[in-house]
Amino acid sequence: MLIPHPLLGLRDAQEFTYLGDASLLNRPDPAEGEAAFCDYVFLRDNPAGVHRELWYHEQGDRSWLVVTRDTVTHEILGAELARDVKGAGA
Amino acid sequence: MRYSGLRLFAEALRGHRGWKPLWRDPEPQKEYDFVIVGGGHGMATAYYLAKTFGKARIAVLDKGWIGGGNIGRNTTIIRSNYLLPGNEPFYELSMKLWEGLEQEFNFNAMVSQRGIINLIHTDGQRDTYRRRGNAMLLAGADAQLLTADEVRERAPFLNFDNPRFPIKGGLMQERAGTARHDAVVWGYARGADMAGVDIIQNCEVTGFEVENGRVTGVETTRGRIGAKTVGVAVAGNSGRVMAMAGMRLPIESHVLQAFVSEGLKPTIPGVITFGAGHFYISQSDKGGLVFGGDIDGYNSYAQRGNLPTVEDVAEGGMALMPMIGRARLLRSWGGIMDMSMDGSPIIDATGIEGLYLNAGWCYGGFKATPASGYCFAHLLATGRPHEKAKAMRLDRFARGYVIDERGAGAQPNLH
Ligand SMILES: Cc1cc2nc3c(=O)[nH]c(=O)nc-3n(C[C@H](O)[C@H](O)[C@H](O)COP(=O)(O)OP(=O)(O)OC[C@H]3O[C@@H](n4cnc5c(N)ncnc54)[C@H](O)[C@@H]3O)c2cc1C
Repeated sequence: MLIPHPLLGLRDAQEFTYLGDASLLNRPDPAEGEAAFCDYVFLRDNPAGVHRELWYHEQGDRSWLVVTRDTVTHEILGAELARDVKGAGA
Repeated sequence: MRYSGLRLFAEALRGHRGWKPLWRDPEPQKEYDFVIVGGGHGMATAYYLAKTFGKARIAVLDKGWIGGGNIGRNTTIIRSNYLLPGNEPFYELSMKLWEGLEQEFNFNAMVSQRGIINLIHTDGQRDTYRRRGNAMLLAGADAQLLTADEVRERAPFLNFDNPRFPIKGGLMQERAGTARHDAVVWGYARGADMAGVDIIQNCEVTGFEVENGRVTGVETTRGRIGAKTVGVAVAGNSGRVMAMAGMRLPIESHVLQAFVSEGLKPTIPGVITFGAGHFYISQSDKGGLVFGGDIDGYNSYAQRGNLPTVEDVAEGGMALMPMIGRARLLRSWGGIMDMSMDGSPIIDATGIEGLYLNAGWCYGGFKATPASGYCFAHLLATGRPHEKAKAMRLDRFARGYVIDERGAGAQPNLH
């Protein structure tokens, strides 16, 4: 799989480590309580199809990306810098 | 039809014309007491539900063919060498069931207790394996710590002097081994069918019917089927199926690959795992070297993996036993794992009355097939968790009682 890094162009997915669903960017407010954190930490949508997910460019520029990928075909549909996604309110 | 040596002899004289299909191919009825979704662990569940718990009006629905899921895609290793009290007694129950399985369902599943060795490379690893071995003994399993020489006696071809991971010994479970994966599900299917269970293939569940918080049936590609109790055991498809019941699970689906070489003369004495190199291997009765490594590591429903993992596994194999470089690869394939947030399974009721879940088997659910079926059947029949599966609850994450063998936290691709 090749990931279209927004700054570096196409990079081999092997240079990255995988974290999981990009919803991990949306950590709940502490005031929302334990149940909200439990959902955040443990539960996933786990879709068969388009999935937005966090990849870390460990062997590269150390940036976090939000990659949009199809989990049924492994086709990569796009990649953004996670900080841009987060800045835009995820 | 019972199978026996005599029967085989008689059939040989008659040109094997008397064998019958192993199970019927019935049309689905309008309603059942128990509908089991998924024909892997689900088939074992239906078998025990009918045979052990004396229930009737049971159907197993599978979207494909029996044996087409992970139960026919795994590397067939059976063992009970876990550490934690939530897991080890359950897997030891499974091991005991394996030991009596072929007599129990009168089918040759080629259960072969040829032993497993987990290799040790450092003092620290020896300590953790000694601890694990003791935990196994406490749960009634067998375990034995081998010195490097004892490993050498059994497997002289290993690279003992690899500079990075020299082999210093191993943790051995003699009673572990392999079984013929598809014969296991065929045996359960035949036994379930003889006990009156309807096996319905090519029947995908596309929705659940829930009234006042109670499940009343399922929608399928072969029409609506009413059910008082529904048990879901769909492995890698758990997330997608339970989403139809409005549930989010502590599970991600990942792909695991496996490999088999051309048939060779017997060389590998049992199962050997090289955890440090992400590699494990055994040899099938046909002679093929059966091996694998880690999951690819990203969410996937594709039933096929990518080349970097192939390379990684091949490197692990070459580091452990350089002679493997002379063998030619015959096939490789992938299966979709239901990787849970703590690496351990779930056998539990759900928030919907009458709807039960069996999931989260990660890359290790084949060995669990008998106990998973047995304990799930117990839950479906009695409404109460089986003694040996009582830690495998869905709410353990919220309660803080995770069963995390690896100590990796809520990160499925690290378990
Ligand atoms: C490459 C590989 C190697 C492995 N090696 C080992 C090993 O050595 N030892 C070990 O213990 N474990 C191993 N495993 C893990 C083990 O195979 C699984 O954990 C276990 O088989 C999963 O349970 P199951 O048998 O119920 O799954 P499956 O056999 O996959 O059963 C689930 C069934 O559900 C059906 N289904 C899905 N969705 C629907 C729907 N909507 N409607 C109807 N039916 C549906 C599927 O068609 C499938 O038949 C391995 C797995 C793989 C892929």
